[in-house]
Amino acid sequence: MTAAIEVRAVEKRFGNVGIIRDLNLSVAKGERHAIIGPNGAGKSTTFNLISGHIKPTSGEVRLNGDLISGLRPFEINRRGLSRSFQVTNVFARMTVWENVRCAVLWATGHRYAFWKNVDSLPEVRQRTAQILDDIHLTHRRDVPAGLLTYAEQRELEIGITIAGGATVVMLDEPTAGMSHAETDRAVSLIRRLTEGKTLVIVEHDMSVVFGLADRISVLVYGHIIASGTPEEIRRDPKVKEAYLGEEAH
Amino acid sequence: MTTAATSTSKMAAEPAGGSLRFYGVWLLGIVILIVLPMIFSSGGSLTSFSLIGIAIVFALSYNILLGQTGLLSFGHAVHYGLGGFAACHMMNAVVSHGWPIPLPFIPLFGGIGGLAFAMIIGWVMTKRAGTVFAMISLGIGELVASSSLILRSVFGGESGITTDRTALPKLLGWSFGPQLQVYYLIAFWLVLSAVAMYALTRTPLGRICNAVRDNPERVQFIGYDPHVVRYFAFCFAGFFAGIAGGLAAINFEIANSAYLGAIQSGLVLFSTFIGGTAFFFGPILGAILVTYLQLGLTNLTTAWQLYFGIIFIGIVMYSPGGIAGLLMMHRPLIRAGTLWTVIPSYFVAVVPTVALACGVILTIETVARFSGGDPINMFGIAFRATSPVTWLTAAILVVGGFFVARLTWRRIAEAWDRAATVARDRGYLA
Repeated sequence: MTAAIEVRAVEKRFGNVGIIRDLNLSVAKGERHAIIGPNGAGKSTTFNLISGHIKPTSGEVRLNGDLISGLRPFEINRRGLSRSFQVTNVFARMTVWENVRCAVLWATGHRYAFWKNVDSLPEVRQRTAQILDDIHLTHRRDVPAGLLTYAEQRELEIGITIAGGATVVMLDEPTAGMSHAETDRAVSLIRRLTEGKTLVIVEHDMSVVFGLADRISVLVYGHIIASGTPEEIRRDPKVKEAYLGEEAH
Repeated sequence: MTTAATSTSKMAAEPAGGSLRFYGVWLLGIVILIVLPMIFSSGGSLTSFSLIGIAIVFALSYNILLGQTGLLSFGHAVHYGLGGFAACHMMNAVVSHGWPIPLPFIPLFGGIGGLAFAMIIGWVMTKRAGTVFAMISLGIGELVASSSLILRSVFGGESGITTDRTALPKLLGWSFGPQLQVYYLIAFWLVLSAVAMYALTRTPLGRICNAVRDNPERVQFIGYDPHVVRYFAFCFAGFFAGIAGGLAAINFEIANSAYLGAIQSGLVLFSTFIGGTAFFFGPILGAILVTYLQLGLTNLTTAWQLYFGIIFIGIVMYSPGGIAGLLMMHRPLIRAGTLWTVIPSYFVAVVPTVALACGVILTIETVARFSGGDPINMFGIAFRATSPVTWLTAAILVVGGFFVARLTWRRIAEAWDRAATVARDRGYLA
């Protein structure tokens, strides 16, 4: 079976500095895959390389077998890959409802239409309402996204990411900065919303990672040093040494 | 929260157009446009109304860029001007070829002129937003404005292209010679354009324009190319600016290089910003105010541009949402029923603020007329610019007015905070 995401020998240099070197990563369809690693290991850069935000210096990225490295972000998104951002990245002046609706429009085929009333598109409305319900923000639907609480904005961020119906969802530190209770909520939300999809997640919170992921890859200095099930990763001496350190005890 | 949430969510759940109030506002606008010349029928007011109508279409078209897509253009008059030239050439062609096209269709050709140039130049211009776009728009604006003086066959050089609107085929017996008929033609196109531009904001493209304004990076990750979105917005803005230019060409029966220039581009930026970019009706208010001031102030003072500058700086610094923003700030207070606690502080502030404004005006006029000119006439009192009494009065008004006014402004702020807190507690966003 072709992998959902296949990263092969990807390298990224900024000037003379190699941020990512010989990156190899394979994420099977339907898998929940976590990427962990110390600060500055290149986790977000890896996300940016896969989602088209930046282009690799060399190597290739494949989505469901198709070459996507070098494509623009919206081209990759249209092929079924969607991502969230580490720093909340919503449409601040638009309401919660409109944020999610915008994310639904392309997938429902309305594209750049300027001859349709956006309020009278039944499938758009239904899907938007469904997503809002899923992320528990229905009661906040008319609030400008910029006025939401931090946790709500993170939930909205996830909502926007999944709204287009992408089959591969990438979440960049979705629970960063959240309290324990909020994290628990977010994790169950992510688990529910990515049912049947491929999930790639970058996360610092180890309880989230080990609770959610089917497989884990450990990224250190732009290179994946280990990839495996949570159990394998927990036992891997290289990982213990490089990253988990005391946390593993 | 509950009442506010349900009432607005109802609006969004069924198309907002379904509400009676929504159609009521548009209908009221149309009625006002029809009735206005019957109340104020003098030639001067008809001319003013016509100019205001043109300015509204122009400012609304500009807001497609600035308010809705987040593109700051310094060269929007290019499309207005080219629309004007296109309309003039079309009118002359209609007359010389005897085509059966009556005058009311001419603004459409103005629109096509504005659109055509936007389509040609837009793809390169909208590649980037922000400063890059602003700079290119400034460059293109200057380029076209100076070309208009060089390319004589198209732009007619210094004198421009003249035309005769009455020479076109009549429609329903209307020759469009009298200003009243021209006014109604402008009013008709104003309504048509305003409805179309409002409708545009309620389409998938219109909403994605907002998304591009708020966060162009994120838009790419929901499937959209922000470049294409900006290009569409630019073309629509060019089209409606062209219609405004076409209306101006009909009104003045001439198109010249002044239509295209930086002053015209600045004026529309000005009107739109002063009116407020965040609400659809903002530019309408701005266009009315700025055109009215422009017509009124030029007769009163040679320093009228200075007043424009002061108003503009004041709005930018103290009310970035423009007049519309100021008005809409009150909405949650009205809904929560706490507005009445703020109103008295407004009244208290009026007197010292007006005193301060008078002091500023007196100072400006003193400087402007120091080396000659009529005495300053304020509330029937004549002030001579060279008289120390005038200087002293101005100084007292400015200094005294400022200190007293500042106290009253603080009172407004306090009253406002209290009212807003109550409104928030009652669940209305403030």
